[in-house]
Amino acid sequence: MDKAMEIKDLNLWYGEHQALENISVDLPKNEITALIGPSGCGKSTFLKTLNRMNDLVQGVRITGEVRYNGKNIYDPDVDVTDLRKKIGMVFQKANPFPMSIYDNIAYGPRIHGVHAKVKLDEIVERSLKDAAIWNEVKDRLRTSALGLSGGQQQRLCIARALAVEPDILLMDESTSALDPISTGKIEELCLELKKKYTVVMVTHNMQQAVRISDWCAFFLLGKLIEFNTSEKIFSIPQDKRTEDYITGRFG
Amino acid sequence: MMRSKFDEQLEVLNQELIRMGMMCENAIRKSACSLLEHDLLTAATLPDLVEQINQKDREIENFCLRLLLQQQPVARDLRAVSSALKMVTDMDRIGVQSADIAEIVTMDSVKEVDESLPVREMATSVIRMVSESIDAFVKKDVEAARAVIEFDNVVDGYFDSVKKQLIISLKQPGENGEMILDLLMISKYLERIGDQAVNIASWVIFSITGQREGVQGK
Amino acid sequence: MSRRIWNNAVKAGLYICSAVTVALLVSLIGYIMYRGIPALSFHLLSTQSSYLNDTIGILPNILNTLYIIIVTMAIAIPIGVCAALYLTEYAENKKLVSAIEFAAETLTGIPSIIFGLVGMLVFTQLLGIKQGILAGALTLVMMIMPTIIRTTQESLKTVPMSYREGALAMGAGKWYMIRTVVLPNAVDGIVTGCILAVGRIIGESAALLFTAGFGLVLNNFVDSLTSSSATLTVALYVYASERGETNVAFAIAVVLIILTLVINMIAGLAAGRLRAKTK
Repeated sequence: MDKAMEIKDLNLWYGEHQALENISVDLPKNEITALIGPSGCGKSTFLKTLNRMNDLVQGVRITGEVRYNGKNIYDPDVDVTDLRKKIGMVFQKANPFPMSIYDNIAYGPRIHGVHAKVKLDEIVERSLKDAAIWNEVKDRLRTSALGLSGGQQQRLCIARALAVEPDILLMDESTSALDPISTGKIEELCLELKKKYTVVMVTHNMQQAVRISDWCAFFLLGKLIEFNTSEKIFSIPQDKRTEDYITGRFG
Repeated sequence: MMRSKFDEQLEVLNQELIRMGMMCENAIRKSACSLLEHDLLTAATLPDLVEQINQKDREIENFCLRLLLQQQPVARDLRAVSSALKMVTDMDRIGVQSADIAEIVTMDSVKEVDESLPVREMATSVIRMVSESIDAFVKKDVEAARAVIEFDNVVDGYFDSVKKQLIISLKQPGENGEMILDLLMISKYLERIGDQAVNIASWVIFSITGQREGVQGK
Repeated sequence: MSRRIWNNAVKAGLYICSAVTVALLVSLIGYIMYRGIPALSFHLLSTQSSYLNDTIGILPNILNTLYIIIVTMAIAIPIGVCAALYLTEYAENKKLVSAIEFAAETLTGIPSIIFGLVGMLVFTQLLGIKQGILAGALTLVMMIMPTIIRTTQESLKTVPMSYREGALAMGAGKWYMIRTVVLPNAVDGIVTGCILAVGRIIGESAALLFTAGFGLVLNNFVDSLTSSSATLTVALYVYASERGETNVAFAIAVVLIILTLVINMIAGLAAGRLRAKTK
């Protein structure tokens, strides 16, 4: 298994409260890994450590290593803005900027110095195509992104994240606010995306995890209880707590 | 307690499987008795009995499909429901074998069964195998299921013994050839019932461990 | 039955209160217009008062008011907006932020004559800046900066956290994110705060009495900074009480009301235009 990221002995505290305890796991490249677990188990917190979005929270303390491309991303000499270019994130609620669709997608490349119109046009088209939304918006790139439906906005946010050509895409319950059809489209999209990118997704939806993820990590109370292929986790889980959670006996 | 409705339904499934198992044991017992006691009247009740078993098979099958649809089970629940689906198929076949035995009995070619032929032993053994495999399913007892699979060797041994004795009988002049062949077929059906019981036991093991062990051919 | 009567009585009472309020406003503005408009003339608006010709002109005062608005806002907006940005986006120590916010809140309640007193002592006496637009503007800056900081903070807070997270997650630096995502969306709130501030400046008199002075002479911009220059409100006081020209006072009142209206409209248009541009 090719590794996209290697996490070793990761611990995280919010002030006095320990949110993650001794997490060690290798995230496989070009596969979809689902992070599951009951509310408050630390899966979203864990996701946010992968692109250092936890830095934004006051009072956060981290020990351990998160290695990307052989380097610990928490080393003091790491350029966080560059890191976030390579490890993109899509949030639970679609958050397009109140700008045109074009400007939304172009936002990322512009941060990193791309201003030539021809190049931006190309990037916008490619990203919207990769996010399977090009045909729906190609005739209204200059209109406000806020005029799109919820499902379209979320795909727009995916396109926005793809515009800076990341290696890894982190998705934090990105379909939980959407209707089944939009959810279905995004799930199809993820299956396509994993050919070029690595996807790590937090999900509450067990069926979704079964449907599309290759690997699955079960979190409980800040600890990683079990990590295995999704097929094994959902048919013969090794830990009773995993089985109790996925069969809905608690959580 | 979450999923209490589902747990109730799984309990109902267990009860239904036990019931169907008892119906199968009854069918085997009746067909064996009708053979050993030359009781044609009892033999005639088998078709209805087997029809009931078939009915039960369809009921449990529908119930399982509904559970799969409504509850989307995973892990041990999924294994339990899908094993149940396979087990009722095997139990239905047991019913069919019993009916076949009874059919032969009604043709009245077998007037009596020689005590030296371990037919009665075969019948009691396979009845025991069926009831113990269902029991193993309900109690989630892997070892008990394995014991059933092991025990099939004994039944196979009985069949070999019957076959050998019948071959010897065939070679002797004046013996009733039709009766001997019918006896052979009845023993074969009993041996097959043993195989079905082994299948049931192997699905029980699957439902608990997720591994297939000891599946028999037909 | 009595409940219906009670309901109607309450309704009638509320109508009366609203009517009184409207009547108050209408009669106030009406009376001012009635007394002031006849006193308005092109001559009044375009010349300065001259003892020689025994004429009165309020051009200097109009210009002084505009000058003081410009100077005050030129100082207060950058400092106020930056302070608000620091408090909302950068400050870590929550206790410090609350303390600063409390201080700002309290400042808005202090009577303006006190600002005038402090302004006079600090700017004209301690720092030696001559009475004029500059000293007046500095005094007004002290007065309106809390308002600007507060309204800017409020409008920064209305920008959803999700925009900030979205921008940062793509690799934007903090200032880049603020400049491209937060500020453009907060700008109409900031402009509203500025309108409030300008409104307060136009209406301010007590704080300017000893800092900007009573001068009625026409000066150019640079000179007015350090020469005694009365704004419209102060001029109103001077003409009404010291020179007894109540008609002129009413005329100034009309000018003040119209000025306020015009500035409100311009600012509203500007905010609308800015919002349309960012869409």
